[in-house]
Amino acid sequence: MEILKTYKLYIGGQFPRTESGRSYAVVSPSGQHIANACQGSKKDVRNAVQAARKAQASWAAKSAFNRSQIIYRIAEMLAARRGQFLEELQALGSDLEGATQEVESSIDRCVYYAGWADKFQSLLGSVNPVASSHFNFSVPEAMGVVGVVACQQTALLGFISQVLPVLIGGNTVVVIANQKSPLCAITLAEVLATSDVPGGVVNILTGEVSEMLPTLSAHMDVNALSISPIEAKLQQMAQEEAIDNLKRVRIFAEPLYAESAQGLPYISDFQEIKTTWHPVEQIAGGVGGY
Amino acid sequence: MMSQTNWKLEPSLESAAQIQLQAQYELFIDGKWQKPLSKNYFNSVNPADESHLAKIAWGNAEDVDLAVLAARRAYDTVWSKLSGAERGKYLFRIARLMQEKSKELAILETLDGGKPIRESRDIDIPLACNHFFYYAGWADKLQEAFAGQQVSALGVAGQITPWNFPLLMLAWKVAPALACGNTVVLKPAETTSLTALKFAEICQEAGLPAGVVNIVTGYGDTGAALVAHPDVDKIAFTGSTAVGKQIHKACIGTSKKLTLELGGKSANIILEDAPIDQAVEGVINSIFFNQGHVCCAGSRLFVQESIAERVLEKLKFRLQSIYVGHPLDKNTDIGAINSKKQLETIERYISLGLAEGAEIYQPDCTLPSKGFYCKPTLFTDVAQSARIAQEEVFGPVLTIQTFRTMEEVVQKANNSPYGLAAGVWTDKGARIFGLSQQLKAGVVWANTFNKFDPASPFGGYKESGFGREGGRHGLSAYLKFSN
Amino acid sequence: MLENLSTPELFSLLALSPSIDQIGTQERIARIQARSIKGAAKIQGLRMALSMIDLTTLEGKDTPAKVRQLCFKAQHLHDQAADLPTVAAVCVYPTMVGVAKKALGNSGIKVASVSTAFPSGQAPFEIKKLDTLYALENGADEIDMVVSRGRFLSGDYQFVYDEIAAIKELCSMSRLKVIFETGELDSLDQVRKISDLAIAAGADFIKTSTGKIQPAATFPVVLTMLGAIKDHFDKTGQMIGMKPAGGISSSKLALQHLLLVKEVLGEAWLSNEWYRFGASSLANDLLMQYQKQLTGKYQSAAYFSID
Repeated sequence: MEILKTYKLYIGGQFPRTESGRSYAVVSPSGQHIANACQGSKKDVRNAVQAARKAQASWAAKSAFNRSQIIYRIAEMLAARRGQFLEELQALGSDLEGATQEVESSIDRCVYYAGWADKFQSLLGSVNPVASSHFNFSVPEAMGVVGVVACQQTALLGFISQVLPVLIGGNTVVVIANQKSPLCAITLAEVLATSDVPGGVVNILTGEVSEMLPTLSAHMDVNALSISPIEAKLQQMAQEEAIDNLKRVRIFAEPLYAESAQGLPYISDFQEIKTTWHPVEQIAGGVGGY
Repeated sequence: MMSQTNWKLEPSLESAAQIQLQAQYELFIDGKWQKPLSKNYFNSVNPADESHLAKIAWGNAEDVDLAVLAARRAYDTVWSKLSGAERGKYLFRIARLMQEKSKELAILETLDGGKPIRESRDIDIPLACNHFFYYAGWADKLQEAFAGQQVSALGVAGQITPWNFPLLMLAWKVAPALACGNTVVLKPAETTSLTALKFAEICQEAGLPAGVVNIVTGYGDTGAALVAHPDVDKIAFTGSTAVGKQIHKACIGTSKKLTLELGGKSANIILEDAPIDQAVEGVINSIFFNQGHVCCAGSRLFVQESIAERVLEKLKFRLQSIYVGHPLDKNTDIGAINSKKQLETIERYISLGLAEGAEIYQPDCTLPSKGFYCKPTLFTDVAQSARIAQEEVFGPVLTIQTFRTMEEVVQKANNSPYGLAAGVWTDKGARIFGLSQQLKAGVVWANTFNKFDPASPFGGYKESGFGREGGRHGLSAYLKFSN
Repeated sequence: MLENLSTPELFSLLALSPSIDQIGTQERIARIQARSIKGAAKIQGLRMALSMIDLTTLEGKDTPAKVRQLCFKAQHLHDQAADLPTVAAVCVYPTMVGVAKKALGNSGIKVASVSTAFPSGQAPFEIKKLDTLYALENGADEIDMVVSRGRFLSGDYQFVYDEIAAIKELCSMSRLKVIFETGELDSLDQVRKISDLAIAAGADFIKTSTGKIQPAATFPVVLTMLGAIKDHFDKTGQMIGMKPAGGISSSKLALQHLLLVKEVLGEAWLSNEWYRFGASSLANDLLMQYQKQLTGKYQSAAYFSID
């Protein structure tokens, strides 16, 4: 008799069950009951945000190079676990060719963003030629904890594409996974748990978007939201709830699985810019700023 | 009652037994090991004890021609057809393999060049690996790096690397070149070929397409042949200013793009409000790191007069715990001088310093009896017009001058045909920016020295060369721009 | 000690404390930590470290029986091994000084007592004075006092200085160690400043911590304090002792500390007259490493007595 896997949540580097004790059936397009996943609740959202906040300062404090190495390792671990993802994607309705394409693209996207981790600063930051005798420089800085509603169309690539650019900039995330096809997200959590990603940097909740999103959008300790295409009503609600602590909200019109759905803007969307001034002493007749 | 404790560290030698040196090394051309058409080999010597390491192939103009042909073919038929992402993956793979072989690479680097194993292990090799990691990530982002411009590869790059940081300089050259879509023919310095040849093996193991990287070992004539080759699109050279000028001349009238990273006589400036103990340590790092075989070494120390005596006292005391010893000893701070020739050059300069009337200080230490070694040396009472304060020694020799005002020291620091680096030690931020604004140097280190990072552009002003290596700026040397 | 300094004199002195670059300090330490200590040098180092320990018990639940056991261990670190040194001192609360003194007899091991309302120092000076006198009357050879950190952070340097000078006066022949509790100080610049201040006020030893909070004796703090000791020696020829306390639980760390002393101060400080480790569990780790050096085998904690 086969030992079936239990798909739990991923919070703070651990795999807890939902505190609500509920689960729901994950069903393939052909109606086959594939597995049970946890039905996440408001309290799970609360716990996830707590974990994300706890992990954020030290994640952002790592050197950019260190973060790039960690993301690169995710790519390596993803590649090693190809087989598992192919199986799950096919069980969820993909054909082999589609599934292979999705897994390979996901790996490529990891490598792509790993490469940005220690470079985007050179492009988003600047030394600004102010008119006074000051050294003035702008640097990008992580926003903090970002709530993500992952792509509800693809199970893996959309998730990766949305989450990685947020992560490499030093943010931590609480992700509401693809409601119908959450399995890849949790298997991905296993990849994360074995790739040097510190606990709490990525937190993954499965269940109903409509149930968890209001809590996430209203949470005063979440700094930004990244929302994949969902029902207009839900989108509207999220934006309204987000106003209280002025969350930065990014809504994607298209799911992020196109080949072109990657780049610097996906990173800069979740960076603040900090500008610092410091006097430049005038020596040997030198005047003006930098 | 107090008996003086005597606590001396024992040598802690890294074992070279894990290294299997070949008796003879061939050229690496078109993904294969090929015997040189020249039929010539030269001996490589371990400067730690003058023992024979291996025979290295001596490529001639025909060999260089074969290599360039291979690089061209690889560029035209394979490398230029790959996407940036694909190129990046090769570079990631190479970086990973270098990481995995880091112990071996560190020992090879030390055996070949004489630098302390602690430095090969903790600085050279990790930086070299990280350089590949860094540039791997740029390979598919070149358009974003230069928004508003169309960029493309140049073609075949001819690269000549020096003996002071053999593998690291190879990384500084090869990584950006490949990331930008070029193929490479590299000529390492004749006294330090081994890590370049090991790198060739790594390229093979990484499955890098044949001809993308070619290594042609040899002497200056080999390098000259590479520079002169009509089918090379780009030349990158790190080495002495004298040779750099020769190369520059050879490129005139050709369409070859050129970058040069040459010598220096960098000023290291300590102001009276500096964090003094860390400044003294910074001086040690600036001139004795890598036996002073560093183009950006802070070889001219300027100390504000009010603290000059104290700084000198602290420097002399600090030198007592500097250990000159066998490069493979993990406790060695100053290893072997790279070659007999270089040691002779350094000794000539030391004699010159004495002849010019400077006051010399060398700590009391015993040098190994075999091999090429030099004591760390300080010269005080040095005039700005003394030759030892103007010419690059490229050894563990520091000249010390005092100054009274910042205006004076800026003038003296800039009063040099070189302009590679400068150091500024002060507690005041405004002064750091004020001074670095005035100093004509490509790299300014404030309250630190000799810090390198793949993300940080490096290169000189004036006769220290032109072009930058590292960071986004380091990509420009290997790209063609058009609107 | 410099003659009683007036406030302007004290402030002038402190103005000369150099600023400390944190990153540069860390780099110097990293270099020393990369050193490799093997063979006879390692054995010598381990023995030196053992002889430098102030074996410590400073618990609310200390009793005479506990202290007696500790004193026995101080004299018999590991009788199964031949010819081991003893520790330098036993460090206890004033109420246990008498017990320790008796238990140590004429072994040559000193009795160090904490005082001045250890560990917080938050008490009126009269209490600190009585605390110290009590310890001295019961036979303490050394006093480990704490400075008033709150006052220091408020910039009340004269107060801090006067307290140390007054306690030193009470000590007369006993040696005074001054504890900074560096984990409560803001920066290495402050550590340097308080070191200069304490030395000027008469400290015989400067000490990092009470061992009651983290961080305790980190390397940057220790290096900074050694810098103050060295500069004072260069200026006056007077040696001051150093005692890092808390967090030194492994031989590796202890040996790195000794290397730091050797390179920054010189070999004259490599004796328990000028250097102490405030530690409790360090002793057994040193013994285990020592046995490993002698026998070539990795050791088990089960073979070394825990007191």
